[in-house]
Amino acid sequence: MENVIKVGMADLQASSHPAVLTTLGLGSCVGIALYDNSTSIVGLAHAMLPDSKAARNSSNAAKFVDTAIDALLREMLKIGANRSRICAKLAGGAQMFSFSNSNDLMRIGFRNVVAAKEKLSQLRISILSEDTGGNFGRTIELDSSTGILLIKTIGYGIKQI
Amino acid sequence: MNLTSQGAENTMGMNFDNLNNLHIDVFKEIGNIGAGNAATALAKMLNKRVNMEVPKVKVLQFKEVNEILGEPEMPVVGLLLNVKGDLSGSIMFILQQEAAHILVNILMGNPLEDFSEFDEMGLSALKEIGNILTGSYLSALSTLTGLDIMPSVPEMAIDMAGAIISVPAIEFGKLGDSVLYIETEFSEGTTKVVGDFFLVPDVDSYEILLKALGVIG
Repeated sequence: MENVIKVGMADLQASSHPAVLTTLGLGSCVGIALYDNSTSIVGLAHAMLPDSKAARNSSNAAKFVDTAIDALLREMLKIGANRSRICAKLAGGAQMFSFSNSNDLMRIGFRNVVAAKEKLSQLRISILSEDTGGNFGRTIELDSSTGILLIKTIGYGIKQI
Repeated sequence: MNLTSQGAENTMGMNFDNLNNLHIDVFKEIGNIGAGNAATALAKMLNKRVNMEVPKVKVLQFKEVNEILGEPEMPVVGLLLNVKGDLSGSIMFILQQEAAHILVNILMGNPLEDFSEFDEMGLSALKEIGNILTGSYLSALSTLTGLDIMPSVPEMAIDMAGAIISVPAIEFGKLGDSVLYIETEFSEGTTKVVGDFFLVPDVDSYEILLKALGVIG
């Protein structure tokens, strides 16, 4: 039986090999998958908002893109990941509803993805691939044996990145 | 902060994490009246008797949120309206896909078990159902509070439950670490239809709402 670990909304998990980290029904939130190909240690964060500094209540690190990435990286290093070998893949950040006047609420998916890219670039973690944007939900699975991120949708097919 | 204190507490840091029982009761009542109004509107639209269960009001942590409607990958119909006026924020109404089919089929006079994909007409009918339900919900809230509430035209999306819920959840995320939602069960004859309302007031509107209801000073 595979070791499948679920990651909820505003949640993050890291695991040593073998494991499959999954988050179901990702919408405007962004899924940040980190993978160390030397140890096969994996990490997945499901962050809701771009910036912890703009929030009133920032007690849950996994809620914000910037603090989620820091926390996830820490968890992975704690279980023996090799900092210099960690790469990232991104998914999610969709705009589920299309209003003509695109206010904050509508653009949050896009902003989440931008924030993730900025944070990863600051940390010098390269982004290997991404499947972001659009107007549809995604279920993602990160497999520690390959580092492949599997993306499932309703009506937009299945892909591996 | 004393979680059970009532009345004139400082509401600047108010969010759904420190709701007390009185606040929950108030939202339950809002849910009750709003959903009651929505059920009446539904009955008129369908020209059938519609019963309603007492709504369930729940405050949930984010981790549990994308499972509240069952499987996070299950397709649901989400209708989102922005609200302006004395209150600003948004309201979302979610119907499970099966329930959406049943409502459309009743309205269009199709066989109830027809679960084939919605055509243009079906989608339009669904949008109208959502419009009427959320509209009557908001008008009940407006009557109850004396506040001017103007909803926008609804936008609709059919997709994974988790992905749809992420939209109101993110708005709640700006306020705190939990989500307030109201589950309403309608039934027509032996057919049960479950709908979920997420009322998401903006940071300041939350306080305006509780003030208008006389819950806080």
